Amino acid sequence: MSSATIVNLPDPSTARIPKMNFLTRENGLLSWLLTGDHKRIATLYLISITFFFFIGGALAGLIRLELLTPQSDLMAADTYNKVFTMHGLIMIFLFLVPSVPATIGNFVIPMMVGAKDLALPKINLLSWYLYILAGGVMIYTMMVGGVDTGWTFTAPLSTHYLNTNVISAGLAVFIAGFSSIFTGLNFIVTIHKMRCPGMTWFRLPLFVWANYAASILMVLGTPVLAITLVLVILERTIHIGVFDPAYGGDPLLFQHLFWFYSHPAVYIMILPGMGVISEVISTFSRKRVFGYTAVAFSSVAIAVFGFFVWAHHMFIMGISNYAALVFSLLTMLVAVPSAIKIFNWAFTLYKGSITFETPMLYAIGFMGLFTIGGMTGIFLGATGTDIHLTETYFVVAHFHFVMVGGMLMAFLAGIHFWWPKWTGRMYPEKISQFAAVVTYIGFNLTFFPQFILGMLGMPRRYAAYPPQFQVLNVFSTAGATVLGVGYLLPVLYLTWSLRYGAIAGSNPWQATGLEWQTQSPPLTENFTEIPIMDHEAYDYEWLERQQAKEVASV
Amino acid sequence: MSHISPVLWQFLAKWLQHCPLFPPEASTIAPQMDALFFFLVLISLVGLTLVVLLVVAFSVLYSKNRHPKAVQIEGSTLLEATWTIIPLGLFLVAFVWGALIYFRVYTPPPNAMNIYVVGKQWMWKVEHPGGQHEIDELHVPVGRAVQLTLISQDVFHSFSIPAFRVKREAIPGRYTSVWFEATKPGTYNLFCTQYCGTGHSTMIGHVVVMKSGAYRKWLASSTSGMSLAQDGERLFASLSCNACHNTRPNARGPNLVGVYGSQLTLDDGQTVTADAAYLRQAILDPSQNATEGYAAIMPTYQGQISEGGVVELIEYIRNLTTGYRLQETLNTTQLPPVNESKTAAPAPGAQTEVNP
Repeated sequence: MSSATIVNLPDPSTARIPKMNFLTRENGLLSWLLTGDHKRIATLYLISITFFFFIGGALAGLIRLELLTPQSDLMAADTYNKVFTMHGLIMIFLFLVPSVPATIGNFVIPMMVGAKDLALPKINLLSWYLYILAGGVMIYTMMVGGVDTGWTFTAPLSTHYLNTNVISAGLAVFIAGFSSIFTGLNFIVTIHKMRCPGMTWFRLPLFVWANYAASILMVLGTPVLAITLVLVILERTIHIGVFDPAYGGDPLLFQHLFWFYSHPAVYIMILPGMGVISEVISTFSRKRVFGYTAVAFSSVAIAVFGFFVWAHHMFIMGISNYAALVFSLLTMLVAVPSAIKIFNWAFTLYKGSITFETPMLYAIGFMGLFTIGGMTGIFLGATGTDIHLTETYFVVAHFHFVMVGGMLMAFLAGIHFWWPKWTGRMYPEKISQFAAVVTYIGFNLTFFPQFILGMLGMPRRYAAYPPQFQVLNVFSTAGATVLGVGYLLPVLYLTWSLRYGAIAGSNPWQATGLEWQTQSPPLTENFTEIPIMDHEAYDYEWLERQQAKEVASV
Repeated sequence: MSHISPVLWQFLAKWLQHCPLFPPEASTIAPQMDALFFFLVLISLVGLTLVVLLVVAFSVLYSKNRHPKAVQIEGSTLLEATWTIIPLGLFLVAFVWGALIYFRVYTPPPNAMNIYVVGKQWMWKVEHPGGQHEIDELHVPVGRAVQLTLISQDVFHSFSIPAFRVKREAIPGRYTSVWFEATKPGTYNLFCTQYCGTGHSTMIGHVVVMKSGAYRKWLASSTSGMSLAQDGERLFASLSCNACHNTRPNARGPNLVGVYGSQLTLDDGQTVTADAAYLRQAILDPSQNATEGYAAIMPTYQGQISEGGVVELIEYIRNLTTGYRLQETLNTTQLPPVNESKTAAPAPGAQTEVNP
């Protein structure tokens, strides 16, 4: 492929990381643990979610190893049930939900809107402490024997029939929920109140729009999850009789309450990822995002519609046929904004000047995998095919395409994209391009066979399965090992680059966002003077004029 | 390839031959659902191809090498409208088509034969009206509509027959139903697809579809000798239901003859159809479901009768077309008790005699 690149680094012989930046301003453990700086909190978050990602990933590895053979021979069924439950809980509540917003969002949103920090720095720090507390309780749960409810805590299984650590697991999720409510709250206030002069709503980068939409979902949806978990815990301890029919409760009520949060939760997870893709695609094709308003409003539309589709998880659960009809229709509507985004991104490339650095490779991977993930969502949203496909590996494949193929790719795109801003140093380009390709291959090999398994009817959450499903499971496990390599590589070379990476300078990608117009790593309060936004978002001509001016003034 | 051992080759060949890529179609609904499935596969492929083509073509045409200067474009309302409306249209087709199939799967035809399925950790108990009891197996005839009435005794389970493309959740505390008409004799997988605890993956079995002759033979050779309704009758007598639900003019409970399927007016003025769901509620939670004109004096049987027992009682009531069998139970209770001693305590004494 082409060797053309937009990377524009300062002369390595003279370049230095600025002496004064948010990383060097203060030293010592306490300066980190008591910081109010959004960039430091984002760094804390990044380290902690990476830690939990690898725990969750190791559990995923165990799942795939167990499924290599039809019998439950590596683990007993109980152990397997605990492993997939912990995998789900950790990946969803401790990785996917906070991944982009709490790390990248935390890091760049204040800079993108031209603010010194988030509106509520102490709440931001509290959010991280709650996250750590939630993580601690989750690890405690695992240490004392784990929990085997599945990440969905399905009642009455969770409230009556299991004697594992449901309460501490529920507590962990409950606490993690508050952490994400605080993050969302902080973003909403910041985006409303802290935009710099000239930064109108329609000059905001699309990443901000996407996180704003996700924040609304976090603030409005998460309390329902918290209530549901409290009810589960109360039912388990004092048998209040809300969900368990043996005490006069209704188990479908649990499904309604749980999915009222947990469906919007998938948009909490994916929307910020979509924001990353908008930034990356625009930057590496040197073009304004095609149809900025449509992309911005599609995020909001997803957030709004996302609240009214929860019962599509319950089509076969004995809800009224007519209710199923309504929820199926609304599900079809929520799919449209995602389709709009995909095509708008594709057309952003049109007449661009495209280069293929690592973030762009991940973004292109995202578009392919998210298209598959989104289209297979239609299979499940259409009531007829849902009957056959739900609760099988088809569902597993579908949400892994969206969450891993979509969100994780977006997260990695974002991490590579903002890494130079964060650390002041470049990651090594060749090996990271290699890692992106490895991830892509490994991902498809792991999850594509699962669509076929689902069509064949292989149920989810089976420790043992009929031997006729083995071949496809072997492919899947083989893919998972490749995928594992793809995820380990970035940890290694990004750590390496902290010391040995080339000095990045303030704007290595020549991107237009305000975060690129300050030094890397930024100062504690981001800008030396409050910026004034006098141009549209993604205005590459403005950037050129700006650079020409600088050259002239030198 | 001579350096690869022939044993390994044989192994691989055998392995790959036993790797189906598409499930058998063995019910009337299966080809209909597969048609929709392939329509969706088709639009997915078209969509994916389009996206891939656009991305690849633009990546080649407008790479920095070839196209060093980007041309700024705001957007295009026309194009954006196109890719809003076309996907929306396709999704709506999927919605309507899917809904048609969904209503078909969950609306059993009136002449369907009914089989009860009770899910419990971790087995499926199948109760045929003729008194055939099966565990983790379901025998059905080919070419006849079969309705399953499902309930769970403990947690959520889900009854899935991939070859028929049908699946229904078995929920604790309420009946659900699904129907199918098998088209090909054979043995098919039966799975529990809703995670239900430790033994979830052992809650599997087989559906055996038989030609009608073989099926009749199976029915005759597998019956326990007592039909479900007869089992229900015995339970009815042993629980002393007939102490109140007899056909006498001064009975304290309503007459159950012919009640199944009729319209009832309840205490609170509501009108309900006396179907399986109502009868189950009336047995387990009688105070909330008392018939108008009768005092709510019936004790609850929650926790005293298994779901299987409730099914037997319902089946008994369903088949109760004359008062004769019911009066017979009054005689049988005077015989030495069959299998009960203490549970036969009569309903708490009624202070008021209510005459309808």
